[in-house]
Parts: sequence; structure tokens; C-alpha cells
Amino acid sequence: MPGLEVLEKLDRRWLFLIMGLLVLEPLMFPLALPLTVTRPVQGFVDAIDKVPDGSTVLMSCDYDPSGIPEMVPMTRTAFRHLLGKNCKVVITVLWPGGPGLVDSVLSEVAREFPDKKYGVDWVNLGYKSGNEAVMVVMGQGIANAFPRDYRGLDSRSLPVMREVRDYASFPLLVNISSGYPGTKEWVQQVQARFHLPMVAGVTAVSAPEYYPYLQSGQIRGLLGGMAGAAEYEKARGEKGSATRGMDAQSLGHLFVAFCILLGNLIRRRPAEARS
Amino acid sequence: MSLHLSHDFGIWIGAVLTLFIFSFLYKDNPFYKIAEHLFVGVSAGYYIILYWWTVIVPNLIEPLWKQLAHRDLWTGQPLLQARPGLFAAELGDYRGWLVIPGILGLLLFSRLFGKIGWLSRWSLAMIIGVYAGIKTTGFAQGDFVAQLQASLQPLWKAGDPAFTINSVIFTVGLISSLLFFFFSREHKGTLGVFSRLGVFFLMAGFGAGYGYTVMSRISLLIGRFQFLLDNWLGLR
Repeated sequence: MPGLEVLEKLDRRWLFLIMGLLVLEPLMFPLALPLTVTRPVQGFVDAIDKVPDGSTVLMSCDYDPSGIPEMVPMTRTAFRHLLGKNCKVVITVLWPGGPGLVDSVLSEVAREFPDKKYGVDWVNLGYKSGNEAVMVVMGQGIANAFPRDYRGLDSRSLPVMREVRDYASFPLLVNISSGYPGTKEWVQQVQARFHLPMVAGVTAVSAPEYYPYLQSGQIRGLLGGMAGAAEYEKARGEKGSATRGMDAQSLGHLFVAFCILLGNLIRRRPAEARS
Repeated sequence: MSLHLSHDFGIWIGAVLTLFIFSFLYKDNPFYKIAEHLFVGVSAGYYIILYWWTVIVPNLIEPLWKQLAHRDLWTGQPLLQARPGLFAAELGDYRGWLVIPGILGLLLFSRLFGKIGWLSRWSLAMIIGVYAGIKTTGFAQGDFVAQLQASLQPLWKAGDPAFTINSVIFTVGLISSLLFFFFSREHKGTLGVFSRLGVFFLMAGFGAGYGYTVMSRISLLIGRFQFLLDNWLGLR
């Protein structure tokens, strides 16, 4: 077929252009494709709902700007969810590129709650290098690992930290992570050792790695990538950037599937037809 | 739909650099190179400042200063509650030990001076030893034992056919996938059948992994487009 010969020699930049247009179009003109809340996401919502109102929750945001489209919607909704339950939130960051980004996202959400004060209802302890070593040190005292918060304040002097000693002070760990160090390390070093219940929001590329933890009950809920973030937004009745991105996501996936089928069709033609 | 262009200089820099990076999709060009080199340079500077102010100062210099000078590092006010000196073990204060990681950290820089470069191996040995220990115990507790326990589930549950089917598929998939990686015997006969079955389960796993990877990559593109449309152009 002459059409297939043309496709075989097609400049791949045409594929980039088509993919770009397919992603761009629904962002400008939404299709409102249906979305359902899956069990791993419902588990995440339920775990936070079960935390007693007013308790102090540990939230570790382990990502940097490359994770913005997937991680930031999860962070926003989870932080809003916790503040809405009057929980106090202690935030840590184990990725060097993350603390400024995380601080701006949290501050933006905190502005929606005028009665919530920094240092009283939430604190961003910022970044600390050491990966798993930091997690282990936190087990001996959160303030030992983070003597000062991201804004340079003495963390021991902050009201939100007065009743926080170690992992036993928290009923739940909410981990939003892009990779290493992240969910795997929190499970290995903290959930397994200190038996701290945890939920995780992870990038789609790493999500398959964490389903065994969900099946074993080591994590109570899992948000996988932008789809997980969009489902979480739906479960909370929000319409954030993840929900808005899901139409583009669906069209992009359809195009990739179409390209795979077409590529196989072209490559699997008889040798004489290809020559 | 109308345009509301951003008045934020930072947003404009971000948008222009995004377009510079996108230009690589057409072909390599000087605009892409500018963005790439700028990223490397800014990242290096950012990391140095970040590590200094969020790790070295609060976790090493400040506690040591308090112990040695018995004064607050920032205000210069004398500290009343603690005893001066490097150690106050009876007060539960072991900050003096921080001298050791401080010295080990400095030894890493000995690589810059040829003849004494070997000193950095002490620090590296410490780092490798500590991390090997932490990783091993973490893996044993969090993965090996916990996952083994979770894999030992009943194959049959009265009145719950969905659970039974799921358990059987899970167990057959687990065993056949493990047998695929058993290389001490040729994959023939029963072992061959099970290892071939294991390939199907592995392929299903790879397929799910590929689908999730595509989702992650498209998410990155969506994120940049959302930034350009919402934050930069202000399309509403």
C-alpha cells in the first residue's frame, strides 16, 4: 500500500505536532469525559477522613518542579483536605528542588483558610539532605532532624511543634513523591519500623511499583499520577488542574495506542511488500 | 475566550524558556542550548545555597557554635540554659559529636588536593557503610518480610468467588513469574509451561508500566501547556 510506505518514512516531528495539538485542544475546549473514583484513591480519601479532627499529621512532599503536573494537584487537595478537618500539618521535603515550590503551593492553599496560621496550624520544615538517614533521625525526634523550618524559625519554638516529638505523634503520614527518596523509602524505613499508617501519591511512571504495598496493606491508599490526582479532586468535589488535564491525557493515550497499532501494521508487512 | 497576558516578569522568563526547550522538538538550536546551559548553571548555584542554609548551618554550624561559644549564632545573646563546652551528656546533649561528621565532610574535599585525596575514602567508607546498613534493614522489614507475608493468602473464601478467583490468579502469577527466573534447569516440560505462563504475567506487568509511563510523560506536556495557557497567556 502506498499510504503505508509514506507512513514508514514519516518524519517523527509530524507525530510531535499531532500529539501537541491533541493535548492542546481539550485544554482550551474541554470535552468533560467521565471519570470514576477507583478503590486505591477511595482508600486515600478514607484514610484521611478517619484521622481524628484536630490531630497533627505528617506530610512529606518529595518532589521538584519536574513533578508539578502530577504532584501539585495532589498536594493542594490533600493539604486542603487536612486543613478542612482542622488537622495541624507538619510538612517535610526530601528533594532539594522542592522546598520553595512546596512552600508556594501550601501558602496558596492556606490563604483559603484565613483562620489557619503558619507555625500554629501548619509548618513547612523544608529540605534536609540524607534521604533515608533523615527518616531514621526523625524517628528519634522530628526537631532533631529539622532544628529550623524553611523560613529559618526555630522549629522547637513553634506552637504546632510543641506536641510533636517523633513518629508516635502522628496518626498518619501523607507522602506525595516523585521517586527516590519517596514512598518506597518511607515504607521501608518508617511504616515498617515505626508502624506509622501511611497513604501515598506518586507519579504515574512509578505507580506500578507501589501497588504491592497497597495490596499488602502497608499503604492505605494510592494516587497514581494525574489520573489519581483527578480522581482525588472528584472525590473531594473539586475541579483542579488534574481534572482539567484528563481530557488531554485521554486523547494523548488514544493517539499513542493508535501509533503502536499502526507501527506494528507497517513493521509486520511481508518483506517483499516492504521492499 | 480572551487573552489576559501575565504582568509577572518571572512568568515571562518561564514561558520563554519553555518555548526554547520545546524548539528542540524541531531540531537542536542555539535557543535550546541557552535554556539548557542556564538550567545547569542556575541549578548548581541554587543547590549550593540551599545546602548551606538548610543543612550545613542549622544542623552543623549553629549547634556547634552554641556549644563552643555559648551564644546564639544570630543574636549573639548568651545562652543560659546549657553548660558551655562540647559535651553535656548528663543533660542529654551530645551535639559535640557533630565535630566528627563535620570533619568527615571536610575530608571529602581532599579529592581536590592530589596527594591527600585518599583521605576522602574514609568519608566515603562511612557513607557507604551507613547507607548499606539502613537499606538492608529497611528492605528486610519493609519489602522482604512484609511482601512475603502478604503473598501468603488463602486461595478459597466461602461465599466470595471474586476473592477466590483473584487469589488463584495472584498465586499462579506469582509462582510462574518466579519460575521464569529459575535458570538452574532448562525451561522444558512442566518448568517450561510455567515459565511461559510467567512471561504472560510479566508482559501484563510491563504493559501496565508502559501505560503509566506514557501517562507521566503526557502529564509533563499538559503541565507545560497549562502553564503557558493559564499563567502566561491568561486564557479565560
